[in-house]
Amino acid sequence: MIEIGLGHYLTLGAIIFSLGMIGIFLNRKNVIVILMSIELILLAVNINLVSFSIYLEDLVGQIFTMLILTVAAAEAAIGLAIIVVYYRNKGSIRVEEINEMKG
Amino acid sequence: MIPIKYIIPEIFLSISIFSLIIFGVFKKESFSAVYKASILIISLLFLMILTNDNEPIKIFNNSINLDNFSIFVKFLILISTFFILIISRRYLVDINNNKFEYPIIILLSILGMFIMVSANDLIVFYLGLELQSLSLYILAAIDRDNLKSSEAGLKYFVLSALSSGLLLYGCSLLYGFTGSTNFEIISNSIGDLKTGTIFAMVFILVGLAFKVSAVPFHMWTPDVYQGAPTSVTSFFSVVPKIAGIAVFIRFMYVPFNEIINQWQFILIFISIASMILGAVAAIGQGNIKRLFAYSSIGHIGYAIAGIAAGTENGLKSTLIYITIYSIMNIGAFGFIFLMKRGTKYIEEIDELAGLSKNHPMMSLSLLVILFSLAGIPPLAGFFAKFYIFMSVIESGMYTLAIIGLVTTVVSAFYYIRIVKIMYFDDPRKPFENDKEYGIYTSMAISCLLLITFFLYPSIFSEILSNISIY
Repeated sequence: MIEIGLGHYLTLGAIIFSLGMIGIFLNRKNVIVILMSIELILLAVNINLVSFSIYLEDLVGQIFTMLILTVAAAEAAIGLAIIVVYYRNKGSIRVEEINEMKG
Repeated sequence: MIPIKYIIPEIFLSISIFSLIIFGVFKKESFSAVYKASILIISLLFLMILTNDNEPIKIFNNSINLDNFSIFVKFLILISTFFILIISRRYLVDINNNKFEYPIIILLSILGMFIMVSANDLIVFYLGLELQSLSLYILAAIDRDNLKSSEAGLKYFVLSALSSGLLLYGCSLLYGFTGSTNFEIISNSIGDLKTGTIFAMVFILVGLAFKVSAVPFHMWTPDVYQGAPTSVTSFFSVVPKIAGIAVFIRFMYVPFNEIINQWQFILIFISIASMILGAVAAIGQGNIKRLFAYSSIGHIGYAIAGIAAGTENGLKSTLIYITIYSIMNIGAFGFIFLMKRGTKYIEEIDELAGLSKNHPMMSLSLLVILFSLAGIPPLAGFFAKFYIFMSVIESGMYTLAIIGLVTTVVSAFYYIRIVKIMYFDDPRKPFENDKEYGIYTSMAISCLLLITFFLYPSIFSEILSNISIY
């Protein structure tokens, strides 16, 4: 049996975090996927904080996690609202078509 | 005892925001009233902070630090917001964007900045930062029937949320390796741990660099500046920059003070890259808002050079720089708000051709502001750069100083090109001649401050003499 320790949780956090980053930069199709990737990044942070909190026997990390969950919900709400506004004007949310301004 | 009396400004701001929302919802056509009330609230806040004589103190379990530094930054934020609200009112009415939410969201973002600059704890800092950023996402997309504005909002949202995520990941690592979220405890225990905290520091630096739009994390700036309504651009280019630089200083000088050798090189790189990009990329721009986006990237580079010096003088010169930068930018955006024919606002630089024939005073004030942005003596912009380079040279970073001087010369090219277009090209049709006394006064104050600064350049060292961050 392997003892599951802090290192494993941190690795899991790092993997989810990298998945989120890759999802933002490699995604060429849909803006909603970017929104999900941002949620993944915040989730990775939460895993980190909770495992650190248990390891350090300190509650602050878990309180921080609660606050991050709240902020993430607000952020997703505003993000979806902006996407809806954009869709009304453009008629599409394909990432490669977001190029009204460049230079 | 709960130390309520120290946070009366924040409480007052929150209560007035909620009352304004209720008022705005129940009364029809409330834009004008809410707008005036917001300006009044900002003036009252200003008086409140001015008249308080509390000693510097740390409250709420050391999680909020009300020192002279944060009070100075709050002053700057309030003054700049006051002038920006004054100069952008007519624009909002003209583009038919007179929604009462606009001033309320600006007040909300100011509340976030207040919390952010006085934070002494990672949690408080993060909540303040998010309150500020969430309001700014909405502001960028506030012109919701305009494709460009909503695209700017979308781009800003994606990149800024990404940077918040990076910053937060750094915060979680920092908490794990030092065992606390308090800045001072982190500062005390960070010296013995090396690798892990450097990781955390890099992540936090990336997040902060995104927020102040320093190279290589600047890619959102030109698009957001161009796409967002000009009133929002003027706000973006001044107020979040002040708060961002203040938080940057707080992070580098308090929690990361012990690992200065590690962050100094990163900051030097960021600073050099921002200065070069700000100078080179702005040259070919035809849109004045885009030009000011690149110009602000360059100016942030100079401000970060002051932080990179890592000394008390560097900190002060950065504060002086960001103050003078906001004075110049408020004047410049006042000018941009005057560029209109009929009810259509113009953003093309070529349309300024021969402006001096039709509007001599307007072009003279833009000339003063542009010369000051370029750093030509005896205007205030020169002194701002002078202090930065002095503190950089004192720390022995000659390369940074030399590259900074070279980029100043390069960036002078595109500022002076506008002057050349205004004074020596064939005149086009004159602009609308509205009697915009709010904008005239703001521009006059800005120019007057820039011109007369050399008479009394020590004013800042007197104001800043009792500011220390440690």
